[in-house]
Amino acid sequence: MPTSLAILPRRRQPATPLQRTLGVGLVFGVIGVYLAAVGLLPMLNKRSVIVDTIGLGDATMIAIGLGAGAMAARHAHTRGGATLHGLLAGAVAGAMAAALAVVMQLVSLQSIFIQLSPALFTMLTLGLGLAGGAAVLIGGGAAAGLAGALLRDSPPGGRRIVLAGLGTVVVAGVFQELIQLVLQNAGALTTSASEFFYTWEGLSQQGAAAIFVIAAIIAGLNAMVQRRAAGRVAASERRVRLRRLLRAGILLLLLVCFPLLAGSYIGQVLMLVGLYILMGMGLNLEVGLAGLLDLGFVAFFAVGAYTTALLTADSAHALAALSYWEAMPIAVLLSICVGVIFGIPVLGVRGDYLAVATMGLGEIVRVIVTSDFAAPLLGGAQGVLQIPKPRIGATVLATPVALFYLTLAASAVAAYVAWRLENSRLGRAWMALRDDEDVAQALGVNLIRSKLLAYGLGAAFAGLGGSIFAVMLSSVYPSSFQLLISINVLALIIVGGMGSLPGVVVGSLALIGLPELLREFGEYRYLFYGAVLVIMMRLKPEGLWPSEVRRRELHAGDEAEALDAGADLLPAGQHASSAAE
Amino acid sequence: MSATTLTLRRFNAVDVILWLLRIGVLLIVVIGTLATLIKARYTIAQWLDFVMFGLTIGSIYAQIALGYTMVYGVLRLINFAHGDIVMTGAFAGYFAAAGFDRSGLLESRPVLAMAGILLVAVLTSTCIAVLTERIAYRPFRRVQGLAPLICAIGVSFFLEQTFRGLFGSSVKSYPDPSWLRAAFVVFGFRIPRVDVLVIGLALVFMALLYMVVQRTRMGTAMRAVAEDAEAAALMGIDVNRVIVFTFMLGGVMAGIAGVFYAFLYKQVYFFMGFTPGIKAFGAAVLGGIGSIPGAMLGGFFLGMVESVGPTLFLDGIGIPAPYQLRDLIAFTLLIMVLIFRPQGILGERMARKRA
Repeated sequence: MPTSLAILPRRRQPATPLQRTLGVGLVFGVIGVYLAAVGLLPMLNKRSVIVDTIGLGDATMIAIGLGAGAMAARHAHTRGGATLHGLLAGAVAGAMAAALAVVMQLVSLQSIFIQLSPALFTMLTLGLGLAGGAAVLIGGGAAAGLAGALLRDSPPGGRRIVLAGLGTVVVAGVFQELIQLVLQNAGALTTSASEFFYTWEGLSQQGAAAIFVIAAIIAGLNAMVQRRAAGRVAASERRVRLRRLLRAGILLLLLVCFPLLAGSYIGQVLMLVGLYILMGMGLNLEVGLAGLLDLGFVAFFAVGAYTTALLTADSAHALAALSYWEAMPIAVLLSICVGVIFGIPVLGVRGDYLAVATMGLGEIVRVIVTSDFAAPLLGGAQGVLQIPKPRIGATVLATPVALFYLTLAASAVAAYVAWRLENSRLGRAWMALRDDEDVAQALGVNLIRSKLLAYGLGAAFAGLGGSIFAVMLSSVYPSSFQLLISINVLALIIVGGMGSLPGVVVGSLALIGLPELLREFGEYRYLFYGAVLVIMMRLKPEGLWPSEVRRRELHAGDEAEALDAGADLLPAGQHASSAAE
Repeated sequence: MSATTLTLRRFNAVDVILWLLRIGVLLIVVIGTLATLIKARYTIAQWLDFVMFGLTIGSIYAQIALGYTMVYGVLRLINFAHGDIVMTGAFAGYFAAAGFDRSGLLESRPVLAMAGILLVAVLTSTCIAVLTERIAYRPFRRVQGLAPLICAIGVSFFLEQTFRGLFGSSVKSYPDPSWLRAAFVVFGFRIPRVDVLVIGLALVFMALLYMVVQRTRMGTAMRAVAEDAEAAALMGIDVNRVIVFTFMLGGVMAGIAGVFYAFLYKQVYFFMGFTPGIKAFGAAVLGGIGSIPGAMLGGFFLGMVESVGPTLFLDGIGIPAPYQLRDLIAFTLLIMVLIFRPQGILGERMARKRA
């Protein structure tokens, strides 16, 4: 045995500004190389922002340069220093991309890294060959870094104007197909506007310039108005809330009217969004309010879908030939039962273990559904086919837009229920349970009842979603009910904000709607989800649209933690800032 | 109120259901086993095959479970991405193995090639394990609640999808050298070489790991941190370095396990780490999370149950194609352990600390 146990902390020299800047450049460069190697850059570049000028992949590379510059400028004290550091960081990031191009030129790695294709090489070097391309990459990186640093140092008003202009151009360019469609359906005036901004294949150069100017002017005016308002009186609590409600109302109104203008494709996208909103609200009851991290959530979705399928389908496996409106309540009831049955065994399991246990339960359901054992009942891997569309009177809800309205109605009902639950005695019991199970029990919360209700009600929402999902696809397959769905739903309520109803809508639009619109995004959306989970947990654990209670709690918790210096596991100073946030 | 009514009141409906669940599972196991044995549809050689496979897969689970248990010991964190770190090792090993296969080294110099494959796999998985710790887990050291676990789920997803992006979503088949395909014959029973190799090497590496944890300075420091991180920090132990070291050890075991798993199933793909990862977590809990011998024991036990179980328990009851329900048995075991004995077999001490 060694005589001394000391594994002593090594003392590190603090990094000099130069080292820090080089580090920032390297990190951003690595991000760029990573995006290229997983194939995101070439994929994004298939969509152009401005026709024949700049693709979304190019825009991403420029954004990386801007980001490097802005980050590097953060540490500099003087203005000149900031620009210099920004320039350097951008150049380093560009050099990393150039290095990738050099490596690709020297050795063929495509047999291992399948994305390092000649097409990527052309994209990186802009078709100028290795030397020219490398020079452009480094020079462009430096220029972008410089711009980023300047942007960071410029007064906030100016910065906001430039960013608003750029952002609007990117949005207008990326979603050109959709915007053109809406503009052309809306009327004569908007049709001519569409012809001014867009050529038939995308945003034209003059259109981009015009949009930039318009967006910048609007942002400038908006900033001026706000500054004047801020000068008069600080906005009262009520007005802030009113404004929030107004914004939510406008968003909802847009959601409701949009598919009528934009046609069936957008209807389908929004229907999926609505479906995930339903499920998100269900999981929100479990995770957001009651603090029960349930990764087997997809099982309830599957129960809803299979029940509807078996009760209505025109196939050999069907148990009955009910209409959709009769089958749906049964599906929801059965989901509740399954939720409670799931809940009972895991009543005593807490925290991390609960997540794994529920995930195991979900996997068990999936294994059973796919196996030969259950095949006579559930159709095995082939699933149940030919589910009729629901009908109201004589009209069949067959189009995606019609089904979207069905989803919307279901979501509205569910949202009302969830909203009433949140402020009910039960909702408070859930929140107490989330914060401390033992204390909640000591205060008289019936643990068994409230936990089972959380599972049951959460399952009801998912079951309803599953039921709609079944008629949307007209068929159910076991492969539709993977763990992925549970994770998707979890990701969307985390992005939106745990325990927040509007957060579910925001999260669903951002995580389901956006990737669905960028069709070529395809499988990369899951990469995006993984990154989003990590980044949100690090930077904004309360979500994009947090509930009031949650926000207050999180900040109170941070203060308590900062005070609790006794449990300091880290070397002093290194992470003091992250604890104090 | 008398004592009997009190006990009756405490004994509520949920307990009844839980007892019924226990009895039900026990009944299936006992009746199924008896029925299968009475029917005697399987020969001794077939049972031996099941047992050998159980030991082989169990030794892999044991190695993966070690990673979970060690990280949980020092950080109280379920490293949800550990299964995917296994996957990264298997992938790296695949590219090495495919290279050696093309150059003929895999056939001509098996020992050298195997060492090379393991080295590449271990280096990759260790680097990724340490990187994930640095980037994703370190900021959550002092955060309570669900945030660290959710972050870990995100890491797991991110790793899977990164590998899908880098190397494609197709299933790649591992090279199958002739020296691995053969089998030893003992008393007339066939024992595949790959099983012997996997079990033997796994035992060697686990013994080495045990020595490292028990005998070296760093291992001692690791145990001290697992016991009480604050006190260890006060004794002058650099907790950060110990945690990085723990992730390194876990990464090494994961890389080796990944290569073995890939050699056993002859394929790699980006999602391959998920199922063995979850099962190995179950094995770690089964053995008592935080306990190193427990993880090894739990891994072997889980492997045996999973391999022998479907046939032994389910065939007798007349369930068709029981091997399809292998995962069902493994997950049922996992859930039963989490529900009824979260402290595991050897984990009394850890359980008390958790409570």
